Amino acid sequence: MKALRAARMERCIGCHSCSLACARQVHKVLSWNKAGIRISSSGGLTTGFEARVCLACRPAPCAAACPTGSLSQRRDGGVIQKKDLCIRCGQCAEACPVDAIFLDHQVNPYVCIHCGQCVAYCPHDCLEMVELPRTSAKEEGNDD
Amino acid sequence: MIRDFFRVMVVNLTTGRTNIENIPGRDEFLGGSGLAARLFEIYGFIDRDWDDPEQPLIFTIGPLTGYFPLMSKTCCAFRSPYHNQYTESYAGGKSALSLRFADLDALVVIGRAERLTALCVGSRRVETRDVEYLRGFDALQTGRVLRKIFPGSGRRSIMRIGPAGENLSAYACINVDTFRHFGRMGGGTAMGVKNLKAICILGDRGFPLPEGKAYPKLYKHIYEQLTTTEMMAKYHGLGTAVNINPLNALQSLPWKNLQQTSSPDAVKISGETFADDTLLRNAACAGCPVGCIHVGFVREQFQTNNQYLYRQVGYDYEPIFSCGGMLEVTDASEVLRILDVIEKEGLDCMSAGVALAWATEALEKGVITEKETLEPLKWGDSETYMRAVEHLGRPDNDFYRLLAQGTMKCAREYGGEDFACVLGQEMAGYATGEVFFVAEGLGFRHSHLDAGGYAYDQKHDEKDADKALGFLLKDGRERIVLNCMVGCMFSRGVYKEDLLAEALASIGYGELNGSLDDIGKRVQRMRWRLRLQMGYRPDEAKIPKRYTEITTWKGPVDVDYMEALRRAYAARILEMGAAPEEES
Ligand code: SF4
Ligand code: SF4
Ligand code: SF4
Repeated sequence: MKALRAARMERCIGCHSCSLACARQVHKVLSWNKAGIRISSSGGLTTGFEARVCLACRPAPCAAACPTGSLSQRRDGGVIQKKDLCIRCGQCAEACPVDAIFLDHQVNPYVCIHCGQCVAYCPHDCLEMVELPRTSAKEEGNDD
Repeated sequence: MIRDFFRVMVVNLTTGRTNIENIPGRDEFLGGSGLAARLFEIYGFIDRDWDDPEQPLIFTIGPLTGYFPLMSKTCCAFRSPYHNQYTESYAGGKSALSLRFADLDALVVIGRAERLTALCVGSRRVETRDVEYLRGFDALQTGRVLRKIFPGSGRRSIMRIGPAGENLSAYACINVDTFRHFGRMGGGTAMGVKNLKAICILGDRGFPLPEGKAYPKLYKHIYEQLTTTEMMAKYHGLGTAVNINPLNALQSLPWKNLQQTSSPDAVKISGETFADDTLLRNAACAGCPVGCIHVGFVREQFQTNNQYLYRQVGYDYEPIFSCGGMLEVTDASEVLRILDVIEKEGLDCMSAGVALAWATEALEKGVITEKETLEPLKWGDSETYMRAVEHLGRPDNDFYRLLAQGTMKCAREYGGEDFACVLGQEMAGYATGEVFFVAEGLGFRHSHLDAGGYAYDQKHDEKDADKALGFLLKDGRERIVLNCMVGCMFSRGVYKEDLLAEALASIGYGELNGSLDDIGKRVQRMRWRLRLQMGYRPDEAKIPKRYTEITTWKGPVDVDYMEALRRAYAARILEMGAAPEEES
């Protein structure tokens, strides 16, 4: 199971192509923040750019905080999102340790689902999909 | 989101009131340049000077802004302090996408604040703040403070002015997001006279996209074209600075106040040298994967015992020509240090460099003395030039006060008009020959980007004024269409009219198909009409003597050819801007 990593952000030119691509192709909106990945300068453009993007936690605090199952744990890390179950309580965003979930003014959460659609749109190859370490049901059992 | 009217926010700094207006005319004016001219007709005054508080400062975007790559610029229009006529300037950064996501096709600022003010607008926000404490702050420091006082990191644009704008120099720029500028014609002064230190635009909304596959498919196609074609590779690689060497080889590089058109030293400030020795990284306007912004660095020892500081300074071809070659400063780092001071003062770098080049020659010739210049200006002496830039921004005496109003204005007073490199405004960096000199001298914005005269010169050595005129008019009109879209000029090879029509159709503006050329003509006429009403006389525009003294790859400049083209172009401008057009 793969996850998106903003692996080479030192190369980032701040074009927002990634976030626009995610918004366009995954969320069907025109936006640079209603997206799974958001780009900002780390305090003015002279300091370079950072990406706010899901780290694919396992267990995922956001999924644990979600009262309705709108966000559920992806097998090896990260979350699966079912938008129709969301009651817009905003608990997920609060629970995320790295501010990776964007809430719009109507408290709709936008989170990376690790589909990788943004990767092809980064002109500087800052983003990549990596294989997450496998967690089988068996291993989980052995944790006890 | 897709609508046939323009959603315009009008902020009145005198009354503190803000209105949202729905202005019709998408199919007549498209956006950008056309919308700006239309808004000036509505909110501007032909019979009042540029510094009348009621004159509007207008920012507009286009129908495709944000929807497609490189639709990433903003048009800023105002009555210019430089010539007291209607004008425009273009810049990128995050300004265009911020306006799009603030759900505005245009922002219009009228009135004058009582004290120095910063304005913050967004889709759910309008706020003015007293920032009197920022008076005299340089443009970079101002940006740093504003980032702290307004929200929205990563999805906002911060436009601000430096001391030059506050002090009403006629060529103060508006700094946009540190590395981009509304550079020409004094946009910063139009802000300064309103007591407006900064504008923060929050792009805090999103919009549903058209259903179906057509739009994402076309986006992908255009994105691939723009990221893989050779044409864009140039802007991405060395950036526009790549032009130094070829122009030098063509004897078309303005050098030492255009006393020369080439120099063996040009290689020391070529795009290649800058890339090898100073390039720190690239950056992009939001929505542009090309990333033509080149950020260089300079380091300075500020104390003994190896205590260094470093600065990041954006560079491009134009700044290198104006603060390098024109001043015969032939060390890349020194060019960047001068640019850094210009950046802080908030001046247009082309005007500042060319003005100081003129002042250096005037001093050399004894037209003026050190009493005027306060510094012993000398070709290649960057330290002195850096101090002179500060005199210009502040300005420290009558001479600099006048020089900050324009080189020709200063030359008229002190002498030396013959060698003032002014083509409407201080020239752009193309000593390519007759067609360019006429194109910039008489062009609507006095910009090298009004029409590709510089490119025409580089390819044609025949002297056919009719043919050159035909080219200027047609090319100018095509650029106007792209300026109405407010697409980046670098993308003009990809965004031909058919593709623009297809892109418009894919997001629901299908009815504009086929009318783009008409819109281009309409806007061309409308803009000229505004200029002429405000007193522009293209038939009286002069091309200074210096331009008749130079030699390019085609040989000495042909004065008869240039004059014929100048007269013919002036006549066409008068025609285009004359009688009110007949609308059916
Ligand atoms: S959204 Fe945040 S909490 Fe949830 S999996 Fe990603 S990084 Fe972890
Ligand atoms: S991987 Fe998919 S969901 Fe995540 S940011 Fe990229 S496009 Fe969006
Ligand atoms: S697409 Fe790449 S270069 Fe552009 S903003 Fe995203 S990570 Fe940065």
